Amino acid sequence: MAALNGNANVEPNDDVLLEVKDLRISFSTYAGEVQAIRDASFNLRRGETLAIVGESGSGKSVTARSIMRLNPEANTIVRGGEILFDGRDILQLSEKQMQSVRGRRIAMVFQDPMTSLDPTMRIGPQIMESLKKHLGMSGNRAKERAIELLKLVGIPSPEDRMRQYPHQFSGGMRQRVVIAIALSCDPEILIADEPTTALDVTIQAQILELFRELQERIGTSIILITHDLGVVASTAHRVAVMYGGKIIETGTLRDIFYNPQMPYTWGLLASIPLPTADRSLELIPIPGSPPSALDPPKGCPFTARCPYAMRICAEEMPEFTRFSDEHRAACWLHHQMAPNVEPPARIGGTR
Amino acid sequence: MLRYVARRLVIMFVTLFVIITVTFFISKALPGTPFADDKLTPQSREVLFAKYGLDQPLIVQYAKYMLQVAQGNLGDSFYFESRPVTQIILEQAPVSAFIGIQAVIMGLIPGLIFGVAAALRHNSVIDYTATAIAVAGISVPSFVLAPIMQYWIGFKWGLLPIAFFDSWAHSIMPSVALAVFVVAIVARYVRSEMLEVLGQDYVTLAKAKGLTYVAVVGRHVLRNSLIPLVTVLLPLVVGIVTGSIVIEQIFAIPGIGTLFVQSIQVNDYATILGTTIFYSTFFILAFLVQDILYAIIDPRIRVA
Amino acid sequence: METSQRQLTPELFEPVGEDFKDYERIAGPSIGFWRDSWQRFKKNKASLIGLVVIIALIVTAYVAPLLVPYSPYAQDMTRGYLGTSAEHLMGTDKFGRDMFVRVWEGMRVSLYIALLAAFFDLVIGVPFGAVSGLLGGKVDGVMQRIIEVLNGIPNLVIAILVMLVLNPGIVTISVAIGIAGWTSMARIIRGRVMQLRDQEFTLAARSLGAGRRRILTKHLLPNSLGLIIITLMLTIPSAIFYEAVLSFIGLGIQVPKASLGSLINDGYQELRFHSYLLWFPAAVFSLLMLSFNLLADGLRDALDPRMRK
Repeated sequence: MAALNGNANVEPNDDVLLEVKDLRISFSTYAGEVQAIRDASFNLRRGETLAIVGESGSGKSVTARSIMRLNPEANTIVRGGEILFDGRDILQLSEKQMQSVRGRRIAMVFQDPMTSLDPTMRIGPQIMESLKKHLGMSGNRAKERAIELLKLVGIPSPEDRMRQYPHQFSGGMRQRVVIAIALSCDPEILIADEPTTALDVTIQAQILELFRELQERIGTSIILITHDLGVVASTAHRVAVMYGGKIIETGTLRDIFYNPQMPYTWGLLASIPLPTADRSLELIPIPGSPPSALDPPKGCPFTARCPYAMRICAEEMPEFTRFSDEHRAACWLHHQMAPNVEPPARIGGTR
Repeated sequence: MLRYVARRLVIMFVTLFVIITVTFFISKALPGTPFADDKLTPQSREVLFAKYGLDQPLIVQYAKYMLQVAQGNLGDSFYFESRPVTQIILEQAPVSAFIGIQAVIMGLIPGLIFGVAAALRHNSVIDYTATAIAVAGISVPSFVLAPIMQYWIGFKWGLLPIAFFDSWAHSIMPSVALAVFVVAIVARYVRSEMLEVLGQDYVTLAKAKGLTYVAVVGRHVLRNSLIPLVTVLLPLVVGIVTGSIVIEQIFAIPGIGTLFVQSIQVNDYATILGTTIFYSTFFILAFLVQDILYAIIDPRIRVA
Repeated sequence: METSQRQLTPELFEPVGEDFKDYERIAGPSIGFWRDSWQRFKKNKASLIGLVVIIALIVTAYVAPLLVPYSPYAQDMTRGYLGTSAEHLMGTDKFGRDMFVRVWEGMRVSLYIALLAAFFDLVIGVPFGAVSGLLGGKVDGVMQRIIEVLNGIPNLVIAILVMLVLNPGIVTISVAIGIAGWTSMARIIRGRVMQLRDQEFTLAARSLGAGRRRILTKHLLPNSLGLIIITLMLTIPSAIFYEAVLSFIGLGIQVPKASLGSLINDGYQELRFHSYLLWFPAAVFSLLMLSFNLLADGLRDALDPRMRK
């Protein structure tokens, strides 16, 4: 796991770029209504990297797509909430307005580089598409810019590579191309949905390094969706933990790693194998599986798997408790009537 | 790429070889002999047999035949007054070809339109209607459709001629009957290909770039959907050829189909063999063309 | 977040016992592949109708002759060309034979063909493809060549050739299908087996010491079941269709036996004056084809693993 101080040097300002408030999104399927996001609130500041962490099924990918309004129209139901960007609610924009936002002001990088690119179109035109549409560039100018972008993301001999097809690139290279496409129009926000999950570890490190560099150079704000805390540690400024369709804890990187306040977060941290940790302490995986989105539990979604669960946890959702300006968590353990609980030794000892 | 083509060609020849051999021996095993006409005396029959080399041992006949075929000579027909089979085939093939090609042209466009519309408006009324038409088109066989058309359009309403091949108007109904099948099969393929493509990541990425719906479909979806369409070529050809055998019977068209059926009914070995070889070559060629086309169009194969 | 209105009592903060932790309920029922497919299938109205119609046709095909006192072959020239009536639901033909009974006999022939095609698919096609895909290498190479050659010979040609040697009839059609009807199943299964073979769980099974036979039966085949069903559902209608075409041009079922194809042909001959002789068998045949195709489509949509969302 990389050192925790990955982005501690870059101080993001207080300028809030994107604000997600009380978002609730469901899908109607043949089996019933799937409540993918039951309550999500967070915001993104200019120049920072916000990581949204959670297991598969927690709703994080849906959140990313919702910001871009990429969910399948036919069966997506917005049950409530707002996504505020540049003074407007994204959920209220028309499709046409949305098209001028996508790719231009908010861009996205997907998880699987092997399927993200059109296999029958050369790389060059795929990059130039956005340039021509959003920036109105002419063919030649777009070509130059595309080559610049390829250089920027670290692809050698870009002039030749432009004319090649995706299958002639390796996985890591393809992901770089996807990143190039995303950055082509200088978007303010870059959403990366598990950008390194499908790549091997060494490439992973390279891609993350790329993100860091780009943020330094261009100042793009990044929302990084991942299930891997190692990735979070090396790139994020702030973290939002998501479970069962709800955001249950948010805070700065230090808050989450050094002072986590939720059993789920403890569980996440405890299940990371650390080379430096005391070998006598067990790896504690979290037993069980995430709650059903079809029939979500009434109270806190983590109740069934929480070693500290109390009766009230199953019946009602706790409110958020603020621990600092940035740090808040929703857990009944913080209530005055709850017993005092210490986080497991492993967490406390992580330095 | 060249190796790929070469390999296909070799398979093609082997298959042809096997087919011709098998057909040869089978036709020899046919019950009944040619020249079964009672008016012929045994001696005349013997003379005829000798003339056509039918009195020699099987193996010899086989060898001679293979050599002949390799030179493009398919022998002489017993039934049709000793005319070279090749010639007869070449005379009647264009008729079938005309009707077949016309059917494809008539059917391709509506098929594409139905398929694309159905996929883009998945689960809507348009989708259901198009799918219904497609399924119906595949299910109702041409030998049911054709008589229906003959009855109503030709007979009762007298709009179009119902038989023979004397003018272009004569080819309309047969082609339309075949075209229905074409529409059905093309629509089905296009629809399912497009639906699959629409679910792909790169389409979502294209949307994420902020491209308009038209651009996404036009530039990314269509191309990726139509490339696999080449695979429909073979079932299409098979269907049309099979269908045309029946259609030609019904509409009394002097094409290869009728030739084939006729020759079977009168045990005209040479023609049976000849037409079988013709059909087989045709199918195999279509298969080959499909493979090559695929290799050309799909950049993943072309630029390996 | 909403403020809780209730009074919070200390008991609520007591830790919950082990018995509460029913992971299963919270996790939601894990819908198996089959149940999920069945649910999806049920939603497709068209294929449900197809299924129902097929069952109805099958039942009628066997029950109908019991309801009507006529035999399919009994001729009665005095009762030729009678139109529909209460006695003869579908009229009579040139020889005074009751059409109703003949049509259903034709249907039985088609159903037999369906069964036969399925049989060959399962008994030859699946093993051939599975072995070919699993063993790979030279064996696969040889087997593949065989399939390519068989495929290259158009089904129609094979059928007709067989038809020429053996007398036209039900046996010959059976042989023809037995020779070439299973090739698509073999190809598809081979592809699937090769795909599965390379997946990790096969490797896992092998590292646990599972022999090849075990891998085949317990892992590879169950995972191909969906594909097998889908392909079966596609071969059946085309087999039925082929039989009908052959009978139509006179190379299939011969008189006096009845096949839907030959009945349609007979009806066609009489189109001018006794068109009902065509319409009835044609309608029944089209209905059969339609239902099978709808069913096949529905099954394919339901079993397709990619459609699981």
